[in-house]
Amino acid sequence: MADISGETSRRAGRLLAWLIVLVVVGGVASFLAARGRWWMLPAASAHGVDIDRLIYTTLIVTGLAFVLVHLVLAAFVWRYADRGQRAAYWPDNRTLELTYTLVPAAVLTTLILMGSAVWGRLHSPAPPDALTVDVRGEQFGWLFRYPGPDGVFGRTDPAQIRTRDNPMGLDPADPAGADDVVTRELHLPAGRPVHIRLRSKDVLHSFFVPAFRVKQDAVPGMTVDVWFTPTRPGTYELACAELCGVGHYIMRGRIVVESPDAFQAWLARQGR
Amino acid sequence: MSVAHAHVREPEAHRVGFVRRYIFSQDHKIIGLQYLMTSLVMAAVGGVLAMLIRMQLGWPGHQWGLVRWLFPGGFTDAGVMKPDFYLAVVTMHGTIMIFFVLTTALSGGFGNFLIPLTIGARDMAFPFLNMLSYWLYPPAIVVLLAAFFVTGGAPNSGWTAYPPLSALAQAAPGSGLGQTLWLVSLGILIVAFLFGSLNYITTVLQLRTRGMAMTRLPLVTWAQFITAVLMLLSFPVLLAAVIMLLFDRHAGTSFFVPSGLVVGGQLVTHQGGNPLLWQHLFWFLGHPEVYVLILPPMGIVSEVLAVHGRKPIFGYRAMVLSMGAIAFLSFVVWGHHMFTSGMNPLVGTAFMVTTLAIAIPSAVKTFNWLATLWRARIRFTCAMLFAIGFVSLFVTGGLTGLFLGSPAVDTYFQDTFFVVAHFHFVMASAALFGLFAGLYHWFPKMFGRMMDERLGKIHFWLTFVGIYATFFPMHFLGLAGEPRRYYSPQMYEFLRPLQPLNVVVSLAAFGLGLAQLVFVANVIYSLVRGPRAARNPWRANTLEWQADSPPPHGNWGPQLPVVYRWPYDYSVPDAAEDYIPQTAPAAVPAVAGGAADPGHPRTEGS
Repeated sequence: MADISGETSRRAGRLLAWLIVLVVVGGVASFLAARGRWWMLPAASAHGVDIDRLIYTTLIVTGLAFVLVHLVLAAFVWRYADRGQRAAYWPDNRTLELTYTLVPAAVLTTLILMGSAVWGRLHSPAPPDALTVDVRGEQFGWLFRYPGPDGVFGRTDPAQIRTRDNPMGLDPADPAGADDVVTRELHLPAGRPVHIRLRSKDVLHSFFVPAFRVKQDAVPGMTVDVWFTPTRPGTYELACAELCGVGHYIMRGRIVVESPDAFQAWLARQGR
Repeated sequence: MSVAHAHVREPEAHRVGFVRRYIFSQDHKIIGLQYLMTSLVMAAVGGVLAMLIRMQLGWPGHQWGLVRWLFPGGFTDAGVMKPDFYLAVVTMHGTIMIFFVLTTALSGGFGNFLIPLTIGARDMAFPFLNMLSYWLYPPAIVVLLAAFFVTGGAPNSGWTAYPPLSALAQAAPGSGLGQTLWLVSLGILIVAFLFGSLNYITTVLQLRTRGMAMTRLPLVTWAQFITAVLMLLSFPVLLAAVIMLLFDRHAGTSFFVPSGLVVGGQLVTHQGGNPLLWQHLFWFLGHPEVYVLILPPMGIVSEVLAVHGRKPIFGYRAMVLSMGAIAFLSFVVWGHHMFTSGMNPLVGTAFMVTTLAIAIPSAVKTFNWLATLWRARIRFTCAMLFAIGFVSLFVTGGLTGLFLGSPAVDTYFQDTFFVVAHFHFVMASAALFGLFAGLYHWFPKMFGRMMDERLGKIHFWLTFVGIYATFFPMHFLGLAGEPRRYYSPQMYEFLRPLQPLNVVVSLAAFGLGLAQLVFVANVIYSLVRGPRAARNPWRANTLEWQADSPPPHGNWGPQLPVVYRWPYDYSVPDAAEDYIPQTAPAAVPAVAGGAADPGHPRTEGS
């Protein structure tokens, strides 16, 4: 039979220990190298900063655990190769096991508390001064609707949808819809909360703005509310993050965050 | 239905023809090997699909002259992969790897082969049902793969098949007949799984040999038992969902499709359904399924670490309890797949608590494996290398779960490559390593020949490095926000800088794929030329190693083995050998103290 406890085995053990160390070094180094190049876009929304803090905290906790556990593993692999010694008969240790049940439990409880605070803030009701925008996903694009000067959205009816002149399906019988502004680009005033009412025309989509750390599925048959506050003027990309068909990868939207004055001027220019 | 004992009373007299012996066999070992071999063939199919995915993502828009001829219809005349073919490939890769490879190999393969052998039974409780279970699997494969060849091709909706995309034929090319075939195939396979898991549970509860208390089951058998319970409780929910979706598609019902949809310029006539219902039903299976894939490897790894470390598994009781806790909690965490789905955020908070809670038993298992290695006497066999590799992959993949389990963080990472990285480490690669560890370990028992250790080690080094090189960079793709299931990330400015990273991932994936050829070569070479395996080449304690290699029909000769101790008496102080088989009477070794079975103080050994 092949040599399972001799020098071949010990050599394999040493190589494995080195490889595990390489995993640690490579893992940490690649994270450091990726920063700035292959990383999150700078957060451009108010709660994006909260989420980033949570991400970095989790990264530190998991990074430490990753390094420590792998180093211990590498050390054991290196140290306890078969050199003819007798292994310890050590089937149990209640104290040790209790310790490594409770320590992760404590760490996880902390993460849960921190996480639920941010999650709660994300999903609190939108502030009353928020700008409300109707966002509708469809295969394969986005449609945005502002309520117009009356501040009220008109009724929509899927049967009225005509791609050319009424893509949103506004019901002409509803006077509230007369001044609604429908656009193919989302413009937002910087610093003001935005309340998005998310809907879908056909299948599932997801409203994903990486720079805002916002992602919310658009579910056919439902209106899902999400709000955030864009903080920095600029142009941002909106991506679809829920598989919606062959054109999923081209379902790109453009978001322009600008000063409140510029936003109002833009809105005024958008005739129906 | 006959119970195993009845018809194998005289194992020596068992004479049947080739067909009954190797094809329509009722022998659990043959069925196990059938499951295993079929799964490995399917793994090759799923692997080729993975290579196609990486070709497209590494070089979007590239013209593949040669490959085009292999997949007519999937590429344009110029040789560029079509978007719907890409999505079909993604869908089938996930479906095949999860249901048709890992579930079938780990549960169908190892479960069938090991359960009766490790509990001292002659066969499963219901051998005929067992044969039926396997023979539903090939038809399910045929129906599934047929989807590639029908109009519209294989489904485009991912392995999760979210409606309305999967419910409405006009929503995507693959949502036609291909999606129907996918659903039917899954339905057939689920029935196979249910037959299997019923059988496993009954067998473990009813057919344990004398002395084999539940507290003396090897962890690999515990893992299979708990997995079977998970499967029996979760798969029927998916079966119901599959049937409901078939009804939505073909019988005019509307479980998942709401009113007022306009697809392809046409008003859809369905009304009153809710797409979220499918997600709840799907993930009610989907999450336990993740543990269906990882519990058997956990059992295999526990076994391999103890045998090749010559040391009792540390914390046997905690290992069993933590598997039980994982199994229970796995039923109440499904909502973490739906944090951004539009379900009530309060529910999200509840699912965060349960999800992070499941990390506790997982951590306990990891630390117990580490403690098993402490002061061990490690023999770095191929099985051991893969088992230790499993621990590393499970840790790496498990830790990223802490990001995804927290809904606020998941808001950013959901449906990005970060998720792809996470589950390819913790579920796909770790489960694969458990599978390899099990194969290298039990190959001698399965086929009566040893596997080649040198080829096996080459396979391990390449695979271990290949997996980290392939999946670790995906974390950065996810951090940068690259959504999964994109045919090409080139449309987005923020994704374009990621192209070099995608090339790296693709090259590593090709290497990883090629490395598996070493494994194939090893299996073939060892089957033909491998040295004959002794009864107990690893000097292990569990019952299967006390049977011949390979065990004959009925496993044990005229007398069933009798069990006197737990399976982990390795390196017992003052014992003559560093292992004491479970069949050794308790009085035989003069042991000092610790050797007693923790669950069973030595009272019945007299």
